[in-house]
Amino acid sequence: MTDLTKLKIAEARDALRKGEVTSVELTEACLTAIEGAGALNAFVHKTPEIAREQAAAADTRIKAGDAPSLCGIPLGIKDLFCTKGVASQAASNILGGFKPEYESTVTSQLFDAGAVMLGKLNMDEFAMGSSNETSCYGNAVNPWRRGNDDAQLTPGGSSGGSASAVAADLCLGATGTDTGGSIRQPAAFTGITGIKPTYGRCSRWGIVAFASSLDQAGPMAKDVRDSAIMLQAMCGHDPKDSTSADLAVPDFEAMLTGDIKGKTIGIPREYRMDGMPEEIDALWAEGRKMLEDAGARIVDISLPHTKYALPAYYVIAPAEASSNLARYDGVRYGHRAKLSQGDGIVEMYEKTRAEGFGDEVKRRVMVGTYVLSAGFYDAYYNRARKVRTLIKKDFEDVFAQGVDAILTPATPSAAFGLGEMTEADPVAMYLNDVFTVTVNLAGLPGISVPAGLSKQGLPLGLQLIGRPWEEGDLLNTAHALEQAAGFVAKPSKWW
Amino acid sequence: MSIDIETAARVAHLARIKVEEDELPALATAFNDILGFIEQLNEVDVEGVEPMVSVTPMRLKRRKDGVTDGGMQDKVLSNAPDAREGFFAVPKVVE
Repeated sequence: MTDLTKLKIAEARDALRKGEVTSVELTEACLTAIEGAGALNAFVHKTPEIAREQAAAADTRIKAGDAPSLCGIPLGIKDLFCTKGVASQAASNILGGFKPEYESTVTSQLFDAGAVMLGKLNMDEFAMGSSNETSCYGNAVNPWRRGNDDAQLTPGGSSGGSASAVAADLCLGATGTDTGGSIRQPAAFTGITGIKPTYGRCSRWGIVAFASSLDQAGPMAKDVRDSAIMLQAMCGHDPKDSTSADLAVPDFEAMLTGDIKGKTIGIPREYRMDGMPEEIDALWAEGRKMLEDAGARIVDISLPHTKYALPAYYVIAPAEASSNLARYDGVRYGHRAKLSQGDGIVEMYEKTRAEGFGDEVKRRVMVGTYVLSAGFYDAYYNRARKVRTLIKKDFEDVFAQGVDAILTPATPSAAFGLGEMTEADPVAMYLNDVFTVTVNLAGLPGISVPAGLSKQGLPLGLQLIGRPWEEGDLLNTAHALEQAAGFVAKPSKWW
Repeated sequence: MSIDIETAARVAHLARIKVEEDELPALATAFNDILGFIEQLNEVDVEGVEPMVSVTPMRLKRRKDGVTDGGMQDKVLSNAPDAREGFFAVPKVVE
C-alpha cells in the first residue's frame, strides 16, 4: 500500500482491522512526512518515541480483536492540550519549558481508544488569533497556494497547525479548539472538515483556558465521517469539568445516512455582509441549491442580533481571558523574568508577563481588565452578556419555528497571505470570525465543510449550524452537503 | 469614550503587564480601536434582558466536600521556576 498518509481515518481503520497495514507502518509513514514538511511549521514538538510505542501497543490490541475505531490512527494534537511529560505551551513563551504532570481528558480518551500521538501542533498564542501569526513558534503555513504564486498563505487560526497538518497529509486527523471560530475558519482555509460541538460536549479539563464560557474542543479531519469518528472518542461527561454535559454520546458515524429529505434548512439574511466577495455569495447559493436538491426544505430566516456578535465577543472573551491568564505569574510554571536589584513581587509579575506574553495576548488581557474594571463593568461586560442572551434567543426562535440546521459561509474570504494583515488595526483581523462567532456565543454545534475553490484556486468552506446536542443530525446534513459538493481537490506538494 | 495615555498605563498596571513609556501611545490607540468597535453594543435595546450566566442551562453538580486528590508535592512543584524545600519561592513580599 502506497501513500499511507493520504488515507482517511475510516479507510485506515478498515485496513488495520483486515491486517492490510499495521499502525507501526502508518505511523512511520506519517513521521517521515512530518520530517519532510518543516516548511509548513505545523508540528512544533515532535514525539516520535511516544508515537512508536503507542503504535506497537495498538497493533497488539488490533491483533487481539480489541480495536475501537481510532485504534492505531496517528493524530496531531494542538499545543493547547496538556499532554503528560510533553511540552504544552499554548504557543506562548510564558509557558516555555512547561511539561504537564497530567493528561487532558480529551487526549486521555483518544489514547484510551488507541490513537497515536505524532506531536504537538502550532497555533496562535493562547488561541488568540485568526492567522497563526501570534505563535511563539513562528507562523504555520498553508499547504495551499494561489496557483503558481509562491506567496505563503495563512492556514487560518487559531488551530492553524492542525489545519495545515491534516491538509498536507502529515497526520490522519488532529485536535483543535474553537472559541470564536478557531476550528471552522482554519478548516475552511485548508479544504478540510472541522466541527465545534455543543458547549459541554467535550471536557475542557487539561485544555489551557482562553475564554471558559466559549472554549470547546473538536476534531479537524479529512471528511465528515472522520470527524464523526474522532468526535465520538473526544466527547463525554467528565466530572473534572463542571460544565461538561452528563449526556449519552450517540454513535455519530452510524447517523451518517446522507438522507436529509424533509429537513428544514434556514438561510439567515443577516449573514449577507456588505462588501462580501461575490465568490463567497455564489458558493453560499450553490450550497443552498445542493441541500434543496438533496430533499431539504430551504427557508429564509432572520437572526436579528448577528451584527452585535463580534463586539459582544470582544468584550466577553477578553474579560474571561484576563481572568484565566492571571495564573501566569512566574511562580508556579513557565517563564520568570530575571529581576534587578531591589525588584519585589509586583516587578516580578509585571516583567514576567511583559516578556512572556505576545502583543495580541497582552492587548486582549488589558482590554479584558479594562471592561471588568470598576465603573465599566456594567457598561461593557454586563451589556455584552445581555446581548449574548439576545443572540442565543435569535437561534432558539428559529429552531422553535422548525429549522433543523442553518447554512452560512464559513469565512468572509479565502486564505489570505501571511503578513498581509500586519498593518491593519486589530479589528480587521477580528472580522475573520464574523460568521463563526455567533455559534460560540450561543453554545451551538457548528461544522465547516469544504465546498468549492476560489478563482485563485483556494478552498472555500460552508458552515452548518445545528441544534444543541444534535451533532449527529448536523454531521448527517454536513455529509449530504459534502456528497453534493464532491470536493476532492488537494494542494500540490511544494514543501 | 476615549482612552488616554494615563488610563492605558493604569490598565497595564492593573493587568500586571509592564509597558514601557514609549509604547503607551500605541497601546492607547489600539484600545481606542477596539473600544470603538465595542461601542456598537450601545445600539442594542437590552431593557429587561438577563445577562447570560450559563450558555447551556444546567444545574451544576454537587459532591461531598472532601479531599479527592493530593499528596503529590513533587509534581506540583516540578514546573516551578524556583522551588525550595517544598515551597514555591518568590522575592521578598514583606519587609
